Amino acid sequence: MNEYSWMVPLLVVLPLVGAGINLAAVGRTRVQRLASMSVLTVVLVISVVLLFAADQRGPQVVHVGGWAPTDGIVLIVDRLSALMVIVSTVVTMAVLRYSIGQGRSSFDNESDGHAPLPVFHPTMLVLSAGVSTTFISGDLFHMYVGFEMLLAASFVLLTLGGTEARVRAGVTYVFVSLLSSMLFLLAIAMIYAATGTVNLAILATRLETIPHDTSVVLHVLLILGFCVKAAVFPMSGWLPDSYPTAPAPVTAVFAGLLTKVGIYALIRTQTLLFPDGTLNTLLMWAALLTMIVGILGAVTQDDIKRMLSFTLVSHIGYLLFGIAVGSSAGVSAAIFYVLHHITIQTTLFLVTGLVERVGGTTASSHLGGLARISPLLGILFFVPAMNLAGIPPFSGFLGKVGLMQAGVAEGNWLSMTLVVGSVVTSLLTLYAVARIWGRAFWGSPPQIEEGMTYTPARTGTGRAMGAGVVMPTMALVVFGLGLTLVAGPLFEITDRASLDLLLREPYLLAVLGETVR
Amino acid sequence: MSPNITLILVAATMLGTGVYLLLARSIVRALVGFLLMGNGINVLYLVASGPAGEVPILGEGNGGDISDPIPQALVLTAIVITLALTAFVLSLAHRAWQLGRDDLLEDDEESARIHRRAEENDVSGESEDDADVIAAEFAEEDEGSGGAAR
Repeated sequence: MNEYSWMVPLLVVLPLVGAGINLAAVGRTRVQRLASMSVLTVVLVISVVLLFAADQRGPQVVHVGGWAPTDGIVLIVDRLSALMVIVSTVVTMAVLRYSIGQGRSSFDNESDGHAPLPVFHPTMLVLSAGVSTTFISGDLFHMYVGFEMLLAASFVLLTLGGTEARVRAGVTYVFVSLLSSMLFLLAIAMIYAATGTVNLAILATRLETIPHDTSVVLHVLLILGFCVKAAVFPMSGWLPDSYPTAPAPVTAVFAGLLTKVGIYALIRTQTLLFPDGTLNTLLMWAALLTMIVGILGAVTQDDIKRMLSFTLVSHIGYLLFGIAVGSSAGVSAAIFYVLHHITIQTTLFLVTGLVERVGGTTASSHLGGLARISPLLGILFFVPAMNLAGIPPFSGFLGKVGLMQAGVAEGNWLSMTLVVGSVVTSLLTLYAVARIWGRAFWGSPPQIEEGMTYTPARTGTGRAMGAGVVMPTMALVVFGLGLTLVAGPLFEITDRASLDLLLREPYLLAVLGETVR
Repeated sequence: MSPNITLILVAATMLGTGVYLLLARSIVRALVGFLLMGNGINVLYLVASGPAGEVPILGEGNGGDISDPIPQALVLTAIVITLALTAFVLSLAHRAWQLGRDDLLEDDEESARIHRRAEENDVSGESEDDADVIAAEFAEEDEGSGGAAR
């Protein structure tokens, strides 16, 4: 049943080895590029194979070092993990390809731009390894280690170049992340004290035997830690504050992956550890507020990157909505929406990077007529923007319909309120992106004036829209459209995934075997 | 098993003071807060591991109850991670000092700008229009990142 499980550790080992090669090859740009791209390609292939293995033959399990689940770490890839690893690898590859296309001097306008680049590739690979670790871990503390790996990498990426704005944004981000890690660590300490284990499968069986009040306290602690990570309102203020200052590829990969790691952790805990749904009402309120408050922030923003950061927060509300409904349809739609949202949000941030290259800035009040300057850029922005807003037939629409169906099927007044809230949020998202479209892409290009801090590169569009940066962006746009095409089979897989998650039996059986149960 | 009250009190004090310091605008103060919190949680792991016993190594004990080795392994990992992150935050504080001769966290320019604009647009001073809601949201966000050291 587990003939593919030897592949599981490679998802983490390969990126780390790649990072090592990259560090050894600092200064040899070509070697670095080759190493990172080939490592990620192999990881992608492995994760696709693992998805089929997990879908056909059940979860693939590795007991690291041959230790029993009671003593050692367990790695497990089920459908959910495999899907998450696939999409995260795809967006990481696109972002790396984009950064390669950007050339050398693109990370830092204030210094020579040569210094930060050698550290970029290894750090991205460590980030990728950390994300994979979190997705494939069957052990709460190991998950924490994965979080720390990706956090440490993200700290370095966010403060690349060490300019004043990035240091300022970095401090906020670093301390909020550290706080959420501390909450998570605290929750693990409490859980160990209460149950004597950190293995997810054993926890699932033992949490049922401890007093309900105690398990609620543990539940709240865990959820708090994950919600800070996932930028759920009211713990979302740090995100729009810190993301926009980073270089475009970095913001793109952060927007795609980091918050979704928190969402993944929430899905796992809600389905596996606390299936009784005690806190679902609370999560529903949090989902509603995240959607509404986030999108109200987005409609006032002038800067495109900040607008997108707020829509990112807002759409976390959708994911939380699916998780909080807790039915098989809800979780399935949430998984589909995660896959859609990782792709779309990364695409939009990459396109914003292109906007910055063409227009010299991302402040929409200083932009104009971009669609005339570069029609291609217009299309590249328009398609994912409509996808984000949920216009049929894009995958954003399908995901939202899935979530709303699950909400209506639930049928109580709170879930109906959430359905209404998600429609309103969807419309406001459309308004927010249409507003940016009207200001930045229509109208006439701005005049060049004295004392401008940026240069509209109207004459140099050929260079600004080079194939190196356009191709990866286009590939992601097409990948996002592809999600619409394969939506049927994909929804079937997420349905099976959520069914198994809610049953819990396949996961427990795979980790513990018949004997321990 | 009854938990060790002294250790719990120590951990609670460390966590409390840690949270207080973490709210400061000075990077180094906040870092000290983080360290206190981290070590407070490490002490909690000792509480979680139960009463101390003999060395948990095969052939070393005298046949009595052994200490639970797993929390010790977890704490070791946590200490290593904390060390690495401390090094990073210190370098960040040093960079902030290099740039501005100061390690205090500044307000976010963009959110301050929107906050100003919201206040300018607020003519009546009592209507609950969009600007109010957004201004309130940003005021909240400012408090979230600034907090105690204002």
